[in-house]
Amino acid sequence: MNLLLTEEQLALRDLAHDFAAHEIRPYAPDWDEKESFPRSELAQKAVEVGLWNIAVPEAHGGTDIDAVSTCLINEELAWGCAGIATSIGGNSLGSYPLLIAGTDEQKERFLRPQVEAGAMAAFALTEPNAGSDVASLATTAHREGDEYVLQGRKCFITNGDLADVYVVFAATDRSQGAKGLSTFVVERGTAGLSTGKKEKKMGIRASNTTEVILEEVRVPAANRLGAEGDGFKLAMKTLDISRPSVAAMAVGVARAAYETALHYAKERVQFGKPIASFQAIQTILADMAMAIETARLLTLKAAMLKDQGLPYTLESAMCKAYATDVAMKVTTDAVQVLGGYGYSREYPVEKWMRDAKILQIYEGTNQIQRLVIANQILR
Amino acid sequence: MNIVVLIKQTFDTEAKIAIKEGKIVADGVTQIINPYDEFALEEALRIKEKSGGDVLVVSAGGEKVKEALRSALAMGADRALLVETEGAAVDEGIVASALAKAISGLSYNLVLSGWKAIDDNSAQVGGRVAETLGLPQVNVVTQLTIEDGKALAVREVEGGTETVEVPLPALITAQRGLNEPRYPNMRGIMQAKKKELKVVTLSELGVSGAPQVAVKNVVLPPAKQAGKLFRDDVATSVAQLVQALRNEAKVI
Ligand SMILES: Cc1cc2nc3c(=O)[nH]c(=O)nc-3n(C[C@H](O)[C@H](O)[C@H](O)COP(=O)(O)OP(=O)(O)OC[C@H]3O[C@@H](n4cnc5c(N)ncnc54)[C@H](O)[C@@H]3O)c2cc1C
Repeated sequence: MNLLLTEEQLALRDLAHDFAAHEIRPYAPDWDEKESFPRSELAQKAVEVGLWNIAVPEAHGGTDIDAVSTCLINEELAWGCAGIATSIGGNSLGSYPLLIAGTDEQKERFLRPQVEAGAMAAFALTEPNAGSDVASLATTAHREGDEYVLQGRKCFITNGDLADVYVVFAATDRSQGAKGLSTFVVERGTAGLSTGKKEKKMGIRASNTTEVILEEVRVPAANRLGAEGDGFKLAMKTLDISRPSVAAMAVGVARAAYETALHYAKERVQFGKPIASFQAIQTILADMAMAIETARLLTLKAAMLKDQGLPYTLESAMCKAYATDVAMKVTTDAVQVLGGYGYSREYPVEKWMRDAKILQIYEGTNQIQRLVIANQILR
Repeated sequence: MNIVVLIKQTFDTEAKIAIKEGKIVADGVTQIINPYDEFALEEALRIKEKSGGDVLVVSAGGEKVKEALRSALAMGADRALLVETEGAAVDEGIVASALAKAISGLSYNLVLSGWKAIDDNSAQVGGRVAETLGLPQVNVVTQLTIEDGKALAVREVEGGTETVEVPLPALITAQRGLNEPRYPNMRGIMQAKKKELKVVTLSELGVSGAPQVAVKNVVLPPAKQAGKLFRDDVATSVAQLVQALRNEAKVI
């Protein structure tokens, strides 16, 4: 695998690995228990090394890295803790719409504070009655002079309580359905913007997920991203970009579980032998290794296509669904290899199993990915 | 302030070492910058950040060592120099004379290195380079202050520390505790490729001669013996333990 990667890509991966191994993984069980994102412990350190928001380009204070590197980094961060990778990834998810449709002025204003001062971002698309069916969202935005007035309720928003900027999708023309959606940047502290219920989750508990409530929120027209009506396309383009990152995170979680299972199987003795000597366990471990390798390859293929400016919607959906299904299976099997110890919170594998589940759900459920794949291959 | 940092590429401290035919199997083992040299590099970067200047990292070794030099550039060093020794038989003496030759013509105020490398633990190269260049040297340093053309170095001595003052240029070797090395940052990694990495060969430096030290064999330390448990009642176990400590372990 290494033969396919450049020296920079490997160095970026190593940096992310060192950071995850020293600054994330040792604390992950504790953060998971506390169910809160350790912003004060992490922001400064991650800003210093450049991992706080890896999507921001050099022109706005970040680093120009390719999609392959982005995936390699996400794999390592999620190997450390998927909750942390999700939260940091939330900054990138909230930044892609700006990068795709923002003016230079908008990018500079909303991206630089993230990479220089640890500001955070949120991507606010989902609503109580609009999950997979994005186009049916009910949040509205009416133009009044130089402003838009936003009204609605978003749910399951990563970094909801933490974000300094929210990228909000709202209908500017409800009669137009998907073609009537538009995108706005709402800054923290804007009158009428608040957060509601904080989700108590099964996994990725170190990440913050909340409702975001918009009550007559007035934003300057200058905060609109792209043209009116471009919102749906912008959301889809954003998810195209971010899906390989979710896939890479899945590879990281799966790898963590696999490494632990492999190590444990060699040490645990039953019937007078290490359990790794039993063929039934060997088969599980072999399947894990094979699945992780193929998931990573497919993920990197999607990233390579993007880096070469080629279409990658198909591979992006494929790697997201495939790698996250792999993560679910591998983490479940890792619990099995560890037996009762795997089920105990003394060992990390149960956390990885809980964490893996969300990866099949957010940024488009795996059913929706299969729909995208079918649409592409049946064209 | 122009600073030269001598670094060596070594096996990762967490690497599993295997030996075949009296040699360490290098294939597939992750290589890192020798941790003591990393302290030296970090110190150089801090001095540079405080008072400006230029940090040159120098290493001797094969093609693979370029990776270590690139890591140093990613951490913030300005330039790198590799003394190419691929295929040559070298010992600490040859490496030290090559490094000394390589930097002798340069203008520098300070040379930093680790006090030893974690692989061979020979702790010779820094000292030999200083001797060859006629520089004052302070070894095993845990605190360093540079001011008014002098280096004030705190070093470990048995039972305490001593502070040594030397005029610059000088050579200082770093001990654990000197600082906490930084991670390279993403921007540093992306810029590293654009920075200068020069290569000179031993013959270009005019360094020749046979090594004075030959490695006859390399062996792993003996495997740890399983512990012994005394499971009888307390009185008997204690008696057995004392016997074992006296007769088997011979420690009392
Ligand atoms: C922890 C967490 C973090 C999140 N972060 C964010 C965020 O930052 N920003 C954001 O906007 N959203 C976020 N989400 C929301 C997430 O993207 C949605 O939950 C997801 O898109 C699914 O929507 P839903 O939950 O409404 O499920 P539904 O859409 O109601 O789906 C329910 C089930 O029906 C299936 N289904 C639906 N439609 C079809 C169909 N046409 N064909 C076949 N099956 C179908 C789904 O696959 C699923 O199995 C987050 C969610 C969670 C739990």
